[in-house]
Amino acid sequence: MMEAYQYPDGSITYPGHPIGPGGEEPVDTVDLSEYTAEVITWTTSTAPPPGVREPNTLAIVEFDVDGEPVRALGGVTTDEVEIGDEVRPVYVEELREPGAGIREPESQEWDGYRFEPV
Amino acid sequence: MENVAIIGGSMTQFGQRDGWVLDLLSEAGTACLDDAGVSPDAIDHLYVSNMASGEFEGQTGVPNALAHDLAAMPAYTARIDQTSSSGGAGVKHAWQSVASGASDMTLLVGGEKMTHRTTPEATDVIASLTHPVEYKHGVTLPSFAGLTARLYLDTYDAPRESLGKVAVKNHRHGVHNPNAQFQKEVDLETVLESPIVADPLRLYDFCPITDGSAALMFCPESVAKEYTDDYVIVSGVGGATDTHVVHERADPTTMRGVVESSRIAYDMADAGPEDIDVAELHDMFTILEFLQSEDLGFFEKGEGWKAVEEGRTERGGDLPINPSGGLKSKGHPLGASGVAQVYEIYEQLLGEAGERQVDADTGLACNVGGFGNCVITTIMEAV
Repeated sequence: MMEAYQYPDGSITYPGHPIGPGGEEPVDTVDLSEYTAEVITWTTSTAPPPGVREPNTLAIVEFDVDGEPVRALGGVTTDEVEIGDEVRPVYVEELREPGAGIREPESQEWDGYRFEPV
Repeated sequence: MENVAIIGGSMTQFGQRDGWVLDLLSEAGTACLDDAGVSPDAIDHLYVSNMASGEFEGQTGVPNALAHDLAAMPAYTARIDQTSSSGGAGVKHAWQSVASGASDMTLLVGGEKMTHRTTPEATDVIASLTHPVEYKHGVTLPSFAGLTARLYLDTYDAPRESLGKVAVKNHRHGVHNPNAQFQKEVDLETVLESPIVADPLRLYDFCPITDGSAALMFCPESVAKEYTDDYVIVSGVGGATDTHVVHERADPTTMRGVVESSRIAYDMADAGPEDIDVAELHDMFTILEFLQSEDLGFFEKGEGWKAVEEGRTERGGDLPINPSGGLKSKGHPLGASGVAQVYEIYEQLLGEAGERQVDADTGLACNVGGFGNCVITTIMEAV
């Protein structure tokens, strides 16, 4: 599940926050993995940190959830991507090797979604 | 409220250094005491700007250690960590300590020791500032720069070469900075053919990994006059934050932290972008010089690249940007960078910048943490 939070004013954020952009607590969640998104911009990193695939193509994408825009960053399944492409989230069990980098492995989740051009 | 003055400063050689973080901090601190002519026992507050001495080196408690090495006890000490803008944040705290009346003499020393780490290790220490949903994808600060540069070039129809010209300019400026990590020119062809790091950005679009330290001495203007006639006034300083999660920004090519921090600094200084004669911007990546020069109000949105193309930001242009060589050429020892930016403006306003000297009465420094997550803008005036 790619969980985003929705707030009383209708705005949605990914990730969710205890207090939303309008200053109010969330009232609902949205699973972004059920939606497609548009590529806003992308890059291919050839100097990734320890435990990360090389090269690492990343994109910022924008979902349209019933007219409400919400953005996310994630890896792309291919380096054949352009601004404006439509992509869908694809589940990956381990996005990078836990413990290879500086962050404590138990402090966060390591699974998630990469984006695949539709 | 009395004016806050800077009466001394120093900067170590930036680059790959043999010493560790405390050696570097002590070197800059000692030199600053000498430059200001201030005795260690006159220091009321001692701040250390540093992002990650614990993570890089396993050395914590650096403010107290430095106070002991400089014989500055019993001065109040604190470490200022605001990631890459730790130096700027230190300037703000030092200014605040004097402006509030809490301190009559504040020494600020910024520094970082990084080059003993491999590039992937250092990149990961810096990337640890990101949100878990970003970190698990292997995002780095350079990859944020690549994402933003592509969007900027696409949105504003700017040529890729214009980014390269920032690197060429700042390397040219750095030739005349004896403390810069790189004191050599590069040509545009070299920049554009260097290895890709975060497409469309290449190796020469990025600052290096650096060891170094810089220091400044702050006091009320009335106290400054007891020490010297050669001082500058901090006329405005503002700090602001933007989203921690970078992709949540509505327009990734606008740095709201720069907009807001500069608005505060301009208001405090009763000045505007048209009053700035020289600026030191946080060119950790070439694209950042475009974004800051626009969000500080120097140029219209989407036209910062044209100013570089037209040579307006050269040392001989109408608004010299990064006469020190910037982070690009001078180097970027995280906690030291914001202090070194202000030190360059201090030297420029005193007329002590040697071959880098520009004609300036008012200068600005903009220090960026994360990818615009935290920003400090400082305005200084000659007396």
